[in-house]
Amino acid sequence: MDATLTEVEKGRRPTTIPGLGRALRTEEMVISMGPQHPSTHGVLRLDIVVDGEIVADVIPRIGYLHRCFEKHCEHMANYQQVIPYVDRLDYVAAMSNEFGYVVAMEKMLKIQVPERVEYIRVIMAEFSRIVSHLIAIGTYGLDIGAWTPFLYCMRDREHVLDIFEETCGARLLYNYMWIGGLSHDVKPTFKDKVLEFCKYFRPNIKELNDLLSYNKIFIDRTASVGVLPGDVAVNFGVSGPVLRGSGVQWDIRKNDPYSIYNRFDFDIPFGKGEKGKVGDCWDRYMVRVHEMEQSVNIIEQAAKQLPEGDVQSAIPKRIRPEAGEIYMRTETPKGELGYYIISDGTASPFRIKVRPPCFVNLSALPAMCRGAMIADIIAILGSTDVVLGEVDR
Amino acid sequence: MGLLNQRFENGNVLLTSVDDVLAWGRLSSLWAMQFGLACCAIEMMATGASHYDLDRFGTFFRSSPRQADVMIVAGTVTLKMASRIKTLYDQMAEPRYVLSMGSCANCGGPYWEHGYHVLKGVDRVIPVDVYVPGCPPRPEALMEGLLKLKEKIRKERLILKQTA
Amino acid sequence: MIAQELYDLLKTTFSDGILEAKLDGVIDPWVSVAPDRILDVARFLRDDERTQFDLLTLLSGVDMTKGTLAAVYHLYSMKRNHKIVLKTFVPETHPHVQSVASIWRTADWQEREAFDMYGMIFDGHPDLRRILMPDDWDGHPLRKDYQVPEFYNGMKVPY
Repeated sequence: MDATLTEVEKGRRPTTIPGLGRALRTEEMVISMGPQHPSTHGVLRLDIVVDGEIVADVIPRIGYLHRCFEKHCEHMANYQQVIPYVDRLDYVAAMSNEFGYVVAMEKMLKIQVPERVEYIRVIMAEFSRIVSHLIAIGTYGLDIGAWTPFLYCMRDREHVLDIFEETCGARLLYNYMWIGGLSHDVKPTFKDKVLEFCKYFRPNIKELNDLLSYNKIFIDRTASVGVLPGDVAVNFGVSGPVLRGSGVQWDIRKNDPYSIYNRFDFDIPFGKGEKGKVGDCWDRYMVRVHEMEQSVNIIEQAAKQLPEGDVQSAIPKRIRPEAGEIYMRTETPKGELGYYIISDGTASPFRIKVRPPCFVNLSALPAMCRGAMIADIIAILGSTDVVLGEVDR
Repeated sequence: MGLLNQRFENGNVLLTSVDDVLAWGRLSSLWAMQFGLACCAIEMMATGASHYDLDRFGTFFRSSPRQADVMIVAGTVTLKMASRIKTLYDQMAEPRYVLSMGSCANCGGPYWEHGYHVLKGVDRVIPVDVYVPGCPPRPEALMEGLLKLKEKIRKERLILKQTA
Repeated sequence: MIAQELYDLLKTTFSDGILEAKLDGVIDPWVSVAPDRILDVARFLRDDERTQFDLLTLLSGVDMTKGTLAAVYHLYSMKRNHKIVLKTFVPETHPHVQSVASIWRTADWQEREAFDMYGMIFDGHPDLRRILMPDDWDGHPLRKDYQVPEFYNGMKVPY
């Protein structure tokens, strides 16, 4: 156990705690917002060093969901067997994780997939972006204290999960994108259902804005709270809506494109400091709402251009890449997900390292929280949208 | 127990046993502790949301273990988390039940073979009443698990201890 | 700047710190740096106007087998839109590398993870502790020769 508990067990007040880097002042108190907490989006423990209500430092403690992903990859018999494990990293948007992995492997193996596969993958990845942002927005409202938007978001999410279930049989964790293709082709009614969903969903975004985004209480709790300046964000390696909320216009789909994203017409929303300072919680939240609108645009364009073809024609029988390595990054709903894959020439992976966006975004949390109040920490943590499956792998 | 489900046709007097009434009261209002660990937590949230409603079963989520009746262990239990789960279980007041949701909580799940930090089943630290299989279980499966738990509670005899 | 130009620039600036490189025939060209010069190279790469590598995307440890560990740095420049991969190789018996946490603050947690999983010690890191595993865990799990313990605090670990 940590030094904190030992000191407390002995009946003495701790003089410092691991990770603080300095002695604890007499007016300060350490509150452990422990692994089981309704607002921590998973098993995250925060040691909050407070002086009254003002936070002096926040020390995140992670590892409560470390599931040994990288060790499993090294023992898999082939590269396709890694895909179910990859699903379970960011379990809220599983299609995005799979997309990143198969794109990295196909670049390494120099496989060209059919056009139909590319379009379906983009549609699924953008759907998973919508699903992830719906959960982020719903649970953020729940943390701030608004119960209704959560139910509205889950209702809309069920429509997307119906489409997923019809295609590949699973609601949450799919094993759908394989190296070189897909596991199942989509049903003939897929295109109509997708376009119908897009028509249904656009007014719901407006409803969400009326309900939560421009609500005075929500703005009071999130504007000018947890400001992260743009250059500090880049130095911390932050990516995704957290980086774009700080005003940095950087999206891998535009700046370092992969798959067929360069064929679609969409904007990259970024924070402008409309309600407070640039880089506050409201900016990060609004980037997610606007990204959902842009995802609907991409899905509509892709569904209208969906070509015919065979989705399994390019799946290789045996996957044995040459000895070498690759680092490939994609834009998931949480940020830049990278796979660093080292192959030693055999069928089994030598090393697969995941560059988790939530891990890096969470390391910037102390910089955002210093000087805030305890209730603000919940708002800031919710706006960084961490999923502990990815932080701990 | 059948008497409680019938309509009150013959006045307002009802004959039943204390065990039945206590069990009926307990199973109709199982408050769950909000304890999602991993992917199964998202399905648990979906079960609690409006499409597959859990509130109609009398179950809603409480954040504190001291106010909860059932702990739904949803997700992978790691060795670092296991001692905290034991603490949370000890903090729950009796009568308390545990529902193990998903493969990971049942037996370690997909991480059984090379997971050096994964506890292969939450029943290695706390006693489990109902196991719900799946990875993740569908919301209907979780509801079936809760209904099975209610069946188990219905058969509990508190006043007259049975030897079996 | 392409990989060959970056390598030439680094070689002229730090002649003895740059050991070898693999620039052709690979998807990501890499340059190997001596473990006790990596801090100077990192500062140069971030601050010099020709390179301006402001983003350290990934810092990972690798067990190369045969008693060698490696730390791999993937650097990107958002302003100049180029990238480079740096590697340092250290023996398992003396796995000390200079820490770059003072240059890019993202290296703080990523170096802690490399320490936790591989046992690489980053000199100059402000707070090198375990991050994913419990504090009283023995051993470094991602090494190739790691043996899973039978029990941890009374709980049986293997299936």
